[in-house]
Amino acid sequence: MAKLPKPDELIKSIDWTPPEKDWMDDVPPDIKPGRFCYPAKKNILEEIGFPNPRDWSPLDEDWKLPSNYREIIIEGMKDRLSKYRSFKLFMDICVRCGACADKCHYFLGSGDPKNMPVLRAELLRSIYKGELTWQGKFFGKLAGARKLTEDIIKEWFYYYYQCSECRRCSVFCPYGIDTCEVTMMGRELLHLVGCNTNWILEPVRNCFKIGNHIGIPPHTIKEIIEYLCWDIEEVTGLKIEVPFNKKGAEILFVTPSGDYFAEPGIYTMMGYIILFHYLDLDWTMSTYASEGGNFGLFTSHEAMAKINAKIYHEAERLGVRFIIGGECGHMWRVKHQYMDTATGPAPKNLETPRSPITGTVFEHAKSTKMIHVCEFTADLIAHGKLELDPSRNDKYIVTFHDSCNPSRGMGFFEEPRYILKHVCNNFYDMPENTIREKTFCCGSGSGLNTDEFMEMRMRGGFPRANAVQYVRDKHGVNMLACICAIDRAALPTLMNYWAPDVKVCGVHELVANALVFPHEKTGERPRTLDMRQEPLKPEEEENA
Amino acid sequence: MGAVFALVTVLAFVIVVYVGVGVAGLKSLFGIVIPYAAFLVFLLGMVYRMIDWAKVPVPFRIVTTCGQQKSLRWIKRSRLEAPYNNFEVVLRMILEVFAFRSLFRNLKAELKGPNLIYGSYKWLWLGAIAFHYAFFTILLRHLRFFTYPVPEPIQILDQIDSFFHIGLPHLYMTDVVILAALTFLFLRRLADPKLRYISLASDYLPLFMIYGLVISGILMRHFFKVDVTQVKEFTMGLVHLKPKAPNVGVIFYIHLFFISALMAYFPFSKLVHMVGVFFSPTRNLANNSRAVRHEPAPWWKKPKFKTYCEWQEEFKEQLIESGQPIDEDCYEKK
Repeated sequence: MAKLPKPDELIKSIDWTPPEKDWMDDVPPDIKPGRFCYPAKKNILEEIGFPNPRDWSPLDEDWKLPSNYREIIIEGMKDRLSKYRSFKLFMDICVRCGACADKCHYFLGSGDPKNMPVLRAELLRSIYKGELTWQGKFFGKLAGARKLTEDIIKEWFYYYYQCSECRRCSVFCPYGIDTCEVTMMGRELLHLVGCNTNWILEPVRNCFKIGNHIGIPPHTIKEIIEYLCWDIEEVTGLKIEVPFNKKGAEILFVTPSGDYFAEPGIYTMMGYIILFHYLDLDWTMSTYASEGGNFGLFTSHEAMAKINAKIYHEAERLGVRFIIGGECGHMWRVKHQYMDTATGPAPKNLETPRSPITGTVFEHAKSTKMIHVCEFTADLIAHGKLELDPSRNDKYIVTFHDSCNPSRGMGFFEEPRYILKHVCNNFYDMPENTIREKTFCCGSGSGLNTDEFMEMRMRGGFPRANAVQYVRDKHGVNMLACICAIDRAALPTLMNYWAPDVKVCGVHELVANALVFPHEKTGERPRTLDMRQEPLKPEEEENA
Repeated sequence: MGAVFALVTVLAFVIVVYVGVGVAGLKSLFGIVIPYAAFLVFLLGMVYRMIDWAKVPVPFRIVTTCGQQKSLRWIKRSRLEAPYNNFEVVLRMILEVFAFRSLFRNLKAELKGPNLIYGSYKWLWLGAIAFHYAFFTILLRHLRFFTYPVPEPIQILDQIDSFFHIGLPHLYMTDVVILAALTFLFLRRLADPKLRYISLASDYLPLFMIYGLVISGILMRHFFKVDVTQVKEFTMGLVHLKPKAPNVGVIFYIHLFFISALMAYFPFSKLVHMVGVFFSPTRNLANNSRAVRHEPAPWWKKPKFKTYCEWQEEFKEQLIESGQPIDEDCYEKK
């Protein structure tokens, strides 16, 4: 694995001035360790039936592309140009005004000019022009056109896996050109010639075959959740049994599998369980549809749909009334913008979600029948259905990281903030140009949260971390709350590198900390520990 | 290099017209054939481009939300930045098309020591707005050559535009504004290394063609003083399809050639952004995809996946061992 520079060295190495050499001549890219993910293993590609399985490395001279790779890519491009208006339009209308140039976190952190969104798109656009339009064929470089070569495949692989599909550039583009769409197409084309990454495709394989990204079989899921329930008992004294695959339950709960096993996601998972128990909800989890996340989204539209389809299938089998989805970023992009179209309509037994506690009907989800757990909880709080003691979170000074997908793919800003402001006393937002629709990616989104990509993760995460440093220094923030499983996996590493004193949590971890059960009120068993089994009030421990 | 190419091209245009009209006397070619052909190419080209986009499906509702969604009743939503219905989409598009809303958001990132700072940066927005509105006003003003009698709004527009009564004929404010805006848009491409890096010849060419158009227009009005009566006769002839090439200076033909070249170039260049923006799926769709089903594209196929029953067969032992229910329906169905 590549050596990671120290934070101050990394900052010093950032230079936004592009090189003298014209970008069109600057291929193949200088592929550096720490800036690419390992290729998908041969057996993984074979198992999911993807083309050109082989052993190779991006550092090799010969990438072992199929001999007719040019025809494959150009046909694939034509095919997609006729299927996705976004792709066709975005290839045609960019004026290179440069408004997006300094909006990409990977550009800000690396200074690599091909990470400017406009140029990232131009990598593909130039081939579109050069191979498929007469202007490009005739005027060549003057029209920004190039011919497809093996070096360009290498360039695509390098840079389409240095984009986290966060869509920040799309907010600033006067025509709404969305680099995420371009990257998705770039990745789909690369799959056709077998250039892809293991960190994405192994989870996809696991999802197809077993049911979740990490490939946890059903009995292990149950065991893991039971462990969490023991921890819950330690903290609250409550004995909780989580229902699995329960037919006739009112609600199916789906969350990313990252919440089952890894810190700090497990504390969020405990939070959901505690909340649902508090409400005496008629709910169930599924060990079949055991993944809310969807690495298929980072693969292809087809893979995304194939993974998501299990959720409706399971909701139908179990006969539930509606679905609640846990805290996750790209998962919610799928649920909000793709699920209904790609795998709907929702099965007949599902109804417009209606909170059994408050009676609120979630009209905005009347077609997909699926709501975000934060929508559910915010509604509970607004109706005064939760007894909360925010002082239990007093050791935390909290800020909130808007995850890219709920922000720019849903408009999900107030729900989590409303919850946070009710479950903790100290909440401070980061500077306004770094939050909400202008939020910065964690640097590891879209399946790039792998160790071998660490340098680029720390670079891409720098704008986010820098804003955290700001509130840390100004307000003493020591807890970064988020609603995304990739964030919960990636941000601790990022904070460890840039702001070591800041911890990371899910919103529902803080909810569970603050939630007051009747038996706690009577003094029968007052809460002394938080979800992490650390004392709620550290100073008391010191005094004792 | 791109800028040099564009400059050479535009100078070549001038020479071609100078030789063609001034030396060879091909007035009908440059006055009638080329303008009509260019206009036809523009019209047909734009229609072709629009049909070309329109016939490609929009398979998914990929709105870019820039404000709060509609969810709980007591949460204030943003109608303009996360439109929930088509009416709100229209409002969002109006802001986008007429006020360049997204460009208005522009920020400039700066790295100061160990800190990233994002300052508001509206110059690009200002330059773009100034350029587009000035160009639009100038086009409208030109209607006085293509109408008889000239409609009152056009006359009023003309008076407002020359309100300051500088020089004779009066100087138009829009001429000054468009020159300033063009200069800004050109210089920023040269001055900012990032922009210089991304700029192509096809980014400089339209700028220079419009420069040529504007400068030739100003020269004609204020310096060479072309016979306006003849010009009007000619333009009305164009309108009534009975054109007769006018006996005026070459500068007029240069002006005419620039607008012809621009029209013909339009549909095949980045200038199609003018209509393209209306097609942009991240802006022209409602953010209501959980409430209203967005029908899949005709080519979309529902995915095949491992069904529960297939999965249950595979994991049956583990399910039984860990006390998870076995779905008997899987067997009844067979």
